[in-house]
Amino acid sequence: MIVETGHFALALALAISLVQMVMPIWAARSGDPALRQIASQAALGAFACVLFAFAALTWAHVTSDFSVQNVVENSHTQKPLIYKLSGVWGNHEGSMLLWVLILTLFGACVAAAKNSVPPRLRANTLGVQGLITFVFVLFIITTSNPFSRVIPAPLEGNDLNPLLQDPGLAIHPPLLYVGYVGFSISFAFAVAALIDGRIDAVWARAVRPWTLTAWCFLTLGIAMGSYWAYYELGWGGWWFWDPVENASLMPWIAGTALLHSTVVMEKRDALKVWTVLLAILTFSLSLIGTFLVRSGVITSVHSFATDPTRGVFILAILILFIGGSLTLFAWRAPLLRQGGLFAPISREGSLVLNNLFLVAACATVLVGTLYPLLLEMLTGEKITVGPPFFNSTFVPLAIPLLLIVPAGQALAWKRGDVLAAAQRLFAALAVALVIGLAVLALTWGGPVMAPVGIGLGAYLLIGSALEIVTRARGYGASRARSLGQIGRRAAGLPRSAWGTALAHAGVGVVVLGIAAQGWATEGLATLKPGQSLTTGPYVATLDRVAPRKGPNYEEAAAYLTIRTRAGDEVGQVETGKRFYPSRKMAVTESGLLTLGASQVYASLGEIGQDGGVGLRLYYKPLVLLIWLGAVVMALGGGLSLTDRRMRVGAPTKAKARPLPHAVPAE
Amino acid sequence: MTRKSRRLILIAACGSVLALAVGLILFAMSGSIVFFRSPSDIALQGIAPGTRLRLGGLVKDGSLKRGPDQNVDFAVTDTNATVAVQYKGLLPDLFREGQGVVAEGVLEPGGVFRADTVLAKHDESYMPREVADALKAQGRWQEGGPNKAAPKPATAAAADSTLGPRSER
Repeated sequence: MIVETGHFALALALAISLVQMVMPIWAARSGDPALRQIASQAALGAFACVLFAFAALTWAHVTSDFSVQNVVENSHTQKPLIYKLSGVWGNHEGSMLLWVLILTLFGACVAAAKNSVPPRLRANTLGVQGLITFVFVLFIITTSNPFSRVIPAPLEGNDLNPLLQDPGLAIHPPLLYVGYVGFSISFAFAVAALIDGRIDAVWARAVRPWTLTAWCFLTLGIAMGSYWAYYELGWGGWWFWDPVENASLMPWIAGTALLHSTVVMEKRDALKVWTVLLAILTFSLSLIGTFLVRSGVITSVHSFATDPTRGVFILAILILFIGGSLTLFAWRAPLLRQGGLFAPISREGSLVLNNLFLVAACATVLVGTLYPLLLEMLTGEKITVGPPFFNSTFVPLAIPLLLIVPAGQALAWKRGDVLAAAQRLFAALAVALVIGLAVLALTWGGPVMAPVGIGLGAYLLIGSALEIVTRARGYGASRARSLGQIGRRAAGLPRSAWGTALAHAGVGVVVLGIAAQGWATEGLATLKPGQSLTTGPYVATLDRVAPRKGPNYEEAAAYLTIRTRAGDEVGQVETGKRFYPSRKMAVTESGLLTLGASQVYASLGEIGQDGGVGLRLYYKPLVLLIWLGAVVMALGGGLSLTDRRMRVGAPTKAKARPLPHAVPAE
Repeated sequence: MTRKSRRLILIAACGSVLALAVGLILFAMSGSIVFFRSPSDIALQGIAPGTRLRLGGLVKDGSLKRGPDQNVDFAVTDTNATVAVQYKGLLPDLFREGQGVVAEGVLEPGGVFRADTVLAKHDESYMPREVADALKAQGRWQEGGPNKAAPKPATAAAADSTLGPRSER
């Protein structure tokens, strides 16, 4: 009964989202502002319905209701509770329901938010959001119904793919979806602005918290996914440039560009048309990502039973939203009043450069991801575009981008002074150069790019520290004299300033972590108990191999002791091969030993009849910095979100009153 | 600075970054793309040794030999032609004789394929798509045929983005 009610709630959500879509248009035609209010209430109602539907599906999973097809295919009575819960979205139907749940959650947040968004803009935004909800709920109901029943109900389910039976499944998809779907709000705002034919700093300020929220979550989601793949797959790699990864990276890059161009729009009332286009592109890339991952054009653990009707439906959604919004853009964008051009040497100038590089980098990823698909479609030739392609396209574009990160912060709005900025950055550049050269000298004979990367990371870190110091010190006559004064002023800086510096420092930390992988080592051997394998500065000794039993699997575990080359014990590692009888599937569980920010990584291979086991051992120096850096970036974004400016409306540009520039240039 | 020169600088900046991106893409396209080949393709086309490619097919029954130090020899077949493969490393969990596999590496002068990456399926009911297509082209494999283990591929799809095809590896 609960399941049927859930299904009904979903159908109700479809109807309500239709109301949410139509009301703002009706309000505009009839001129009755009361109708707009209905859009807000509809957004809340749609959320409540989808939430109920989601809860119903969760209930079916938790109680192992095997009369529901979705539960049969993805659950098992002996599956631990956490995987019964996370298994709700560990399949196509459930994950689409989570997608829609987050979509309506964002809609409800926009409806309930107490910030000073003009009512007309809010209503139009909700209308666009209603259209997205309508289409996706329709998709679920017609092609991917999670509530369909099986008669007769089997006694036991098929269990979840063992690769997904991991705490990562509980964290990674929701984070990623909040990111993906959060950009729908930026999109809805952009389309609403196009419909209205007007856009200004108020719009920029209204949309920025949503973009920032989505961006923070997407950052965390990608980082979590990367870490999950790193430890689950036993390959020791943290990024593989494969299409599903690229699908999440592209909206992230475009979202990063959007975040920066919105700042320019808010501060300088410029880049309007570009910002609107970026908002459309960012969500379009999220949709393309959903299509790539969900339609089955790419086979991966993310794709599902390849049902052609679903692929076609998602493709139709893609064409509707991307084609529709770009057509609207072409038609309405000329109506938007353009802001003035500005000096190339200024903060906005450097942000334009940032946008250029980000978009170019995003384009290379897009080409590398879609080219094999298009080529196969057109010629039937199958090719793989792998890491070498991205290393020689994305990386050369990313390096100049990273170099201008602190430069932008060192320049003032409107009219920057290259000389003064260069002076400020000189210290960062000099220290970074010294660090890079010192590392190169210390590791002479090793990889050359690694010290370069370390220098670059150091430059970014020092650059972001300088951001705060320079701003706290002040300029000209008000320049602070003492260290204490700088400290007090730094504490008084707006949170967004700290957030920016923190996020940029996070990028530096990621770069350090990536660069250090140049010194990663790996070893491979067949070991019998008592024998050892050496890699980097560590030696792993196989103590024993023993069977053990989990709730729904059997495991052969290898116990290793890790020592330094000098013989001092630093820790124990267990790696195993798990066998899941319900799926007749074996999965390798890698073993990790964290030493500071570095890790020793062991992965178990074939267990021979003679008691010898295959073992791969990696030494990953400072590898944790890659993910910690991403967390720092997201924290920076979060800190920025708590800034007062995010809650108050943008200053209106009254003719009589000059723009209050109380907030110092950021 | 006049409006005109500002606009010029902006356009020049856009143009040069765009040109850089296009240049990099074209450069990378010429050198870093790996083609997929079936054993028959290799037999028929006479591919130059040293070319990096992806070889896909079924692991030939009885061909798997494990040597010392995790050296592995096996053969990949599409039933018309067979290519011997050498690999050093851990094989994926779902690597089996008679099952689909994709190996990436270099064809050596003697006709032996030296693989540095071996990908198998990530699920019992899944066949690498390239392999399925190649076998279909040979008329050796039908949809839902005996090679497909489960009645309905219940490949669980996580909502994540990075586990991806690497799990085939």
